[in-house]
Amino acid sequence: MSSLALVELVVNGEPHGVAIAQQRTLLEVLREDLDLTGTKHGCELGECGACTVLVDGEPHLSCLTLAIEAEGREITTVEGLATADGLHPLQSAFAELSAAQCGYCTPGMLLTAKALLDANPAPTLDETKQALSGNLCRCTGYAKILEAVSLAAGRMGSRR
Amino acid sequence: MTIVEKPRTDAAPVEAEELSVVGKPLPKVDAEPKVTGRLRYADDLRLPRMLVGKLLRSTRPHALIRRLDVSRALALPGVHAVLTGKDLPITYGILPVSQDEHALALEKVRYVGEPVAAVAAIDEETAERAAGLIEIEYEDLPAAMSIPEALVPDTPRIHGEGDGPNVDRVAALEFGDAEAGFLEADHVREDVFFFSGNAHMALEEHSCLASWDAGKLTLWSSTQVPHYLHRTLAKVLELPASRIRVVAVPVGGGFGGKSDPFSHELVAAKLAMATNRPVKFTLTREESFYAHRGRHPVLMEVKSGFTADGRITALSFRNMLDGGAFGSFGAATTYYTGALQGTTYRLPAYRFEAVRLHTNKPPCGPKRGHGTPQPRFALECHLDKVAEELGLDPVELRLRNAIEPFSQTVNHLRITSCGLVECIEQVVEASGFHEKHGRLPYGRGVGFAVSAYLSGAGLPIYFNDMSQSEVQIKVDRGGGVTVYSMAADIGQGSTSVLAYIVAEVLGIVPEDISVVTADTDLTPIDLGSYSSRVTFMAGNAALDAARKMRDLVLEAAAEKLEVDVAQLATAGRRVFDRDDPERGLEWEQAAHVASALRAPLVTAGSYRAPQLAGPYKGSGVGPSPAYSFTAAVVELDCDPETGMVAVDQVWVAHDVGRAINPLLVVGQTEGSVYMALGEALMEEVTFRDGLPQATSLFDYKSPTVLEMPEVHTYLVESIDPEGPFGAKEAGQGPLLPVIPAVANAVYDAVGVRIDEVPITPDKVLRALDLAEKGKLGRVGPKGMPAFDFPAPYRVEPPGESLP
Repeated sequence: MSSLALVELVVNGEPHGVAIAQQRTLLEVLREDLDLTGTKHGCELGECGACTVLVDGEPHLSCLTLAIEAEGREITTVEGLATADGLHPLQSAFAELSAAQCGYCTPGMLLTAKALLDANPAPTLDETKQALSGNLCRCTGYAKILEAVSLAAGRMGSRR
Repeated sequence: MTIVEKPRTDAAPVEAEELSVVGKPLPKVDAEPKVTGRLRYADDLRLPRMLVGKLLRSTRPHALIRRLDVSRALALPGVHAVLTGKDLPITYGILPVSQDEHALALEKVRYVGEPVAAVAAIDEETAERAAGLIEIEYEDLPAAMSIPEALVPDTPRIHGEGDGPNVDRVAALEFGDAEAGFLEADHVREDVFFFSGNAHMALEEHSCLASWDAGKLTLWSSTQVPHYLHRTLAKVLELPASRIRVVAVPVGGGFGGKSDPFSHELVAAKLAMATNRPVKFTLTREESFYAHRGRHPVLMEVKSGFTADGRITALSFRNMLDGGAFGSFGAATTYYTGALQGTTYRLPAYRFEAVRLHTNKPPCGPKRGHGTPQPRFALECHLDKVAEELGLDPVELRLRNAIEPFSQTVNHLRITSCGLVECIEQVVEASGFHEKHGRLPYGRGVGFAVSAYLSGAGLPIYFNDMSQSEVQIKVDRGGGVTVYSMAADIGQGSTSVLAYIVAEVLGIVPEDISVVTADTDLTPIDLGSYSSRVTFMAGNAALDAARKMRDLVLEAAAEKLEVDVAQLATAGRRVFDRDDPERGLEWEQAAHVASALRAPLVTAGSYRAPQLAGPYKGSGVGPSPAYSFTAAVVELDCDPETGMVAVDQVWVAHDVGRAINPLLVVGQTEGSVYMALGEALMEEVTFRDGLPQATSLFDYKSPTVLEMPEVHTYLVESIDPEGPFGAKEAGQGPLLPVIPAVANAVYDAVGVRIDEVPITPDKVLRALDLAEKGKLGRVGPKGMPAFDFPAPYRVEPPGESLP
C-alpha cells in the first residue's frame, strides 16, 4: 500500500481535506470519500462521459483525473448546480422535458452543457451537439437533451 | 378473417377533454432527484462494515476445470471469504424450463467471462488482488462460436454428455396449409437474412448490495425483475422466501439486460451470509458485456407466396438462433422469432420452424423487442423485394395485407384496437414517401416498414393462476396518498405512470402522491419491467385500486354532505356535487371525513390478463391483452465512395392506445429509434478465436449525438378497450420498423441489398463492387446450414365462428 497523500479539494465551494492513496481517481474520491454519489461511474475508461465534472469551469472526466491533480482547483459536481434559490435552468429544463429517462447520464450531461453555456450562451444546434458528443445516453436518443439545452439557453439569455 | 366481438370494458371510453392529468405532458415524479444527482442507484448505496466483492472469470471459451485452488487468495490479509461453484451448487435460470446456470462454474466453463470464483474483501483493490491469486488449471475443449459450428455433429456438447450438435430448443408449427398456399400463389420468393448479436449497453453497470441481518437477507439490486430474483435467491440459497427481501433500486437503464437473476446477485447474498457483513458487487464495463443477455444473432430463411395483385397466400420462416452458453429467456425468444409476423398481416397460412443453439459465448436473452426485431427486419426487407417484383408500391403492398382491428391472427392471437393503417398513412404523408421513393438522386434514399408489439406478455414466466400485478393505495388523514407497487422503474417512467393514473381517478395531482415501488417486503406483486407490461398491467391494477378508493371517499363525502353518492365527482383536488359544484369538500377534508366514516382508507386492486393462448404447444409466447403498432420512414445518404450511411430524418408513428403522458411516450419512441439505428448501422457483438472483441465502449460502437438524425414522432391513439384509459405500450414497439426501413432506404439510395445487420460501410462497398462486376448487388448470408427440423405441428387457423 502506497503512502497516503493529504489533499485539500474544493468541491462546490466547500473545502474538504482527505487522506488518499495517490493513484485514486477524482471519481473515486468524490463518490467514496466525500459521498458525492451524483457523479456516475459508467465505463472507467473515459468513454461514456457519465463521470464528467467541472474543474475550473472546464469539463473533465473524473475517472481519468487523479484526485491529487485537482488539488487547489475549483471542482463542480451535479450536487453544486442547484442553489438555495432553486434548480439551475439546465436542471429545470431537463426535468420539464423529460430529458432524464433513467437519469444515469444526466449529471455528466448537465455539467458538460453548463460549461458550454457558460462559454457560449447561445450555441447553435451543431455547437451543442459537438459539445455533448463525448457524453453517451442510452435512453433518450439525445432529442430531449438537445431541446432542454436549447430551452435553458433561451431562459438564461433572457435573464441576462 | 374472423372479426372478434369488441371486448367488454367496465368503463365507457373517456374523452380526452375530461382528463386533467392523463394525457398531459407533465414532468416525471422522479425528475428532480434525477437532475440533482440525489437519486440513489445501486452503486451509490453503502452500509457500515461493507465488503467489496469481485468475480474471477473464465479466460477460456470451453474447458474443463482441472484444478481450482483458492488458498493463496484466502490467505491474503483483508480477504474475508472466497466462494467457488461447489458453494452454490443449485442450478437456476429465469425460465422454469431452463434451470441450467450455476452462480459459479462447476467442473467446466462455457464462455470467456463466465464467473468461476468470488472474493469478498475489505476494498476493491484487495478483492481484485485476491481474485488474481486464485490458481486455476483448465483442459481446453473445442469451442462452438457460431451457428454452423454449433451444428457440427462431432463437437463436444456444451451442455450434457457426448457430442453435438448443440441444440437447445426446437420449434415447428404450421397454421393452415403453407404448401397449398405457395402452390396457389402467382409469385413465390425466398430470401435469407442474418441479424448480428448486439448488447443493451445500459449506461449503469450491474450492481447490487447484500446484507444478512438476524437471519434475514436483504438484496438491493439494479434489476428489472425483483419478484423473479426473489424466487431465485430462495431456490439457490435454500432459504424460505419469507427470509429474503429484494429491493429493486432505480435502474440506470435496462432494455431487457437486467431481467435475469445474475451470478453476482446470488454470490453477493451468499458472501454476506458467509461473512455476516454487507457485500457489494458492481460490475465493470467489461463484465457487463460478459453478463450480456443481449440480442440473439439469428439466421433466417423467409418464403412467401403472393397473388399477382399483392395478396399473401402463405408465409414461412425458418430461423436459427445463436443462444450463447445458457438458456436464459431463450426458449421464449425462439418462439418470439415466429410469433408476431401475423400481428401486422393477414396470413392465410403460416409455417414457422426455429432452432436455438448453444455456443461458447455469453448467454443471449431479451433485448428491447425480444426476438422480434430479427424476423421483422427479414420480413420487411423481403416484402420490399416482393413489391418490386410485383411492380407494386411497397406501402400499397402492406395496406393490401394489413391486419384489421378486432380480428384474430393466423396463430390465434387476439387483436383488439389497431391503428396500423393510421400509422402508415401518417408517416407516408409526413415524409413525402411517394414523392421521394425511387426518385431521389443516387446516394439518397427513403425506406419504409411497419411492425407490432405486445403490451405485456399474456402469461407469467412460471405457470400459475395468480394475478400478474397488484397495487395498494393508502390515504392518510391529511389527504396524502401512497401507492404501493412492485413495478421497477428502469427509466421508462413507470412510477410516474402509476401516480398519474391514481391522481386522475381521485381528482388530485401527482404531487399529492408518493409511490413506493419494487420492494418485496413493502409492495404487492408485480412480475417486473419486461415485455412492455407495466403501463398496461400495473396501470390496470392501479386503476382498480384507485376506483375503490374513490368510492370509499365519495361514500363518506355523500354521507357528510347529505347528497346521493351518484351526484358526487372528484376533480381539482375537490369532491363536489355535479349539479352544484360549490357544494363540496376540499380533498384534505374529504380524506379526513372518509378516515372517520370508512376506515381504514386502504384499497387494493389487481390485474390478470385474459386467457388468450391458442390450442398448441408454444402458444404461451405471443398472446398479449393488446398490441401496439408502428410505421416508420427513414431518409438517408449512402456514400458510394465510402459506404458510409448517414441517416438524415426518421418519421415514426406509433399506436400507443392512449398516451398517459405524451412526453414520456415521445421519449420512448425517440429512444427506440436511436437504439434501432445503432443496431442497424454499427452495434455488433463479435468474437475472434473464442475471445470477445468488443468489451469496452470504444470497441462497442454506439451512436453519439452527432449520429442522431431528426426524429418526427406521431402518436396514434386507438383507445384500447382494455388498457388503462385506453393505453398500450410504447417502450419497445417503435424500435422494430426502423431497422428494416434503414435497409430498404439503402437499397433505394444505391441499389444494393444488405441482407445483414449491422449495415457497415464494408458491406455496402462489397455489394456495390459486386453490382459493378455485373453480379447480384447483395451482401448477406448465402443459405442455411443443414438441420433436420421435425415435422411441424399442424394447427388450424381460427375458424369463422370462433369468438
